[in-house]
Amino acid sequence: MVAKFAMDDDSVVVVIGSGAGGGTLSNELAQKGIKVVCLEAGKRHEIQDFVNDEWKSFSQISWLDKRTTSGTWRVAKDFPNLPAWIVKAVGGSTVHWAGASLRFQEHEFKARTTYGEVEGANLLDWPVTLAEMEPYYDKAEFKMGTTGTNGIPRLPGNNNYKVLAAGAKKLGYAEFHTGNMSINSKPRDGRGSCQQIGFCFQGCKSGAKWSTLYTEIPKGEATGNLEVRPDAQVLKIEHDAKGKVNAVLYADSTGAIHRQKARIVAVAGNSIESPRLLLNSASTMFPDGLANSSGQVGRNYMRHMTGSVYAMFDRPVHMYRGTTMAGIIRDESRFDPRRGFVGGYEMETLSLGVPFMAAFLDPGAWGRDFSSALDAYDHMAGMWLVGEDMPRETNRITLHASEKDKFGLPIPNVNFDDHPNDIAMRTHAYGRGSAVYDAVGAVRTIHTPPYPSTHNLGTNRMSANARDGVVNKWGQAHDVKNLFVSDGSQFTSGGSENPTLTIVALAIRQADYIADQMGKREI
Amino acid sequence: MRVLDKRIRLNRRNFLKTSAASMAAAGAVSGGMVSITATPAWAEALTAVKPDAAKTLLVMVRDLYPHDRLGDAYYETALASMDQAAAKDATLAGQLNEGAVALDAAARKLHGTPYAAIKAEKDRVAVLKSIETTPFFAKVRGDMVVALYNQPEVWAKLGYEGASAEYGGYIHRGFDDIDWIKDA
Repeated sequence: MVAKFAMDDDSVVVVIGSGAGGGTLSNELAQKGIKVVCLEAGKRHEIQDFVNDEWKSFSQISWLDKRTTSGTWRVAKDFPNLPAWIVKAVGGSTVHWAGASLRFQEHEFKARTTYGEVEGANLLDWPVTLAEMEPYYDKAEFKMGTTGTNGIPRLPGNNNYKVLAAGAKKLGYAEFHTGNMSINSKPRDGRGSCQQIGFCFQGCKSGAKWSTLYTEIPKGEATGNLEVRPDAQVLKIEHDAKGKVNAVLYADSTGAIHRQKARIVAVAGNSIESPRLLLNSASTMFPDGLANSSGQVGRNYMRHMTGSVYAMFDRPVHMYRGTTMAGIIRDESRFDPRRGFVGGYEMETLSLGVPFMAAFLDPGAWGRDFSSALDAYDHMAGMWLVGEDMPRETNRITLHASEKDKFGLPIPNVNFDDHPNDIAMRTHAYGRGSAVYDAVGAVRTIHTPPYPSTHNLGTNRMSANARDGVVNKWGQAHDVKNLFVSDGSQFTSGGSENPTLTIVALAIRQADYIADQMGKREI
Repeated sequence: MRVLDKRIRLNRRNFLKTSAASMAAAGAVSGGMVSITATPAWAEALTAVKPDAAKTLLVMVRDLYPHDRLGDAYYETALASMDQAAAKDATLAGQLNEGAVALDAAARKLHGTPYAAIKAEKDRVAVLKSIETTPFFAKVRGDMVVALYNQPEVWAKLGYEGASAEYGGYIHRGFDDIDWIKDA
């Protein structure tokens, strides 16, 4: 039975956001018998509502509330009001994620120690090690049904993968396969196997891809301990005279404002909204924003070094058929500064349909150079390059000085400049990506600039020392012990891997900690 | 390997468009006047964009995204979507109509004729380059890259199959049927 909690019930944990972090945390707590109200800004669209149509789906599920951008990154020029391509709906960005589920490498948790002092970067080691995370990675992979783990076979490779793999083999790469994907290769956990539909970014129509929307959330609801409220845009977190948080203000779909009391608050609104909410929750006691005594809230925004390579061949590929992220080459994700940069990157197949290819292949381009590429659409193969970018204090989310949302709160601005290390890595990755396709006879390759950010990280980062970051190794605010951050904004550094598996593992771990601390009456 | 038939399939919509355009052309010929000022039916059907501006914009959009295999009908459909938006937005309507006039002025300056009358594509591209930084150019380019490539009829011509869930995905329809990669 789905629970319904009173607004003045001050025994509940309020989780803000229902994606990889918030959705997982909500279910994990509910399974332990802890009462949870999960507030989700977006609507609840179920599988049958998803559409195999890129622009229609984009307007259905994307976070389209206005944001501004600044800095020298190309996204600010191409998509000035769309810095991030994420989801506003129950399930959060697990509705549109591709499914890649990779563990961070040991050295990536020790970025500062491994990479040393990098000028212009604000590197720090995580207060967590791979050894501490491994049991939780195990649990996350089992929960999500990740292929290549727990005896789950990998997915079959599609046409786009076969081109990538043939090129990888010719170049002598050693580690390439169809990935560790949280997409069922066999029926599992009440969900069927992948039908190779494509449109992974538009919401999986078969439910083979793990999303909190139809796994964690209904499981949590079935316990009777979880109430999910869609259309609930959180505006402010309130605190008592002792500086402990005690309520959350939110607006419903009619604009009416509600105050939900809370014993504990967990913020999981993705790396733009989460710091924005803390900054908008400034008070007399916390004049620079909640949990911001370090001044690090909103800083160290990371979005991964990204880019894409699309290659055209004289024979057809039809890359859009089947899983969008259908395979990976991992060899370049190693730490090897001889390449001219620290950190590493993954090469992962990607495809876009014609509508998005036109919009993203080379934003702003026109004329025959551009249209001739689209004429070869069905002869294209494609890969996405995703690597570790450097945290910088000046890459940050701030509150806009004058523009307000419909509730009268300042909208967020996203400022970003590529670090020279990011640029060196991207240049290397473009070169290797082209080489993969050239090895199998590409007639033309195109280096596509970064899309609006899908991996938004680091704006409420973990630190051992309270002066260096916002939360401790459990995602607990240094300044406010019953306030938690549960999304990718707690990442200390970005790693080269897609972040969702780590977000889920951290949420499982955090639920254990919250239950323990509640049991001990510490919070 | 399953490949697509990209030939034009005559459906009712295409037929009507083509025949309407043909009739307008035929009328112009039978009336004894072959003139570039004759207004085709599709341009008259627009509400916010004036007929002369429409003819200029059509050539502009073709030059922005030239696909020799695509007939004008696809570009007209894209323009019609912008006309619909302009019908509800007087500022946009003004921007488009005035922009077309300015484009013709730029064309006269460089080549002595209105934009659509410039014969060589490279000469028209040079005119477009000269106005590339204007808000009018950015608006037309940005809207048309969406509207042109968001047409299922265009997808078919480019070899993209669109929605697949209702056909059971590609698991039995060629997701892995590439036949020229032997070693993967």
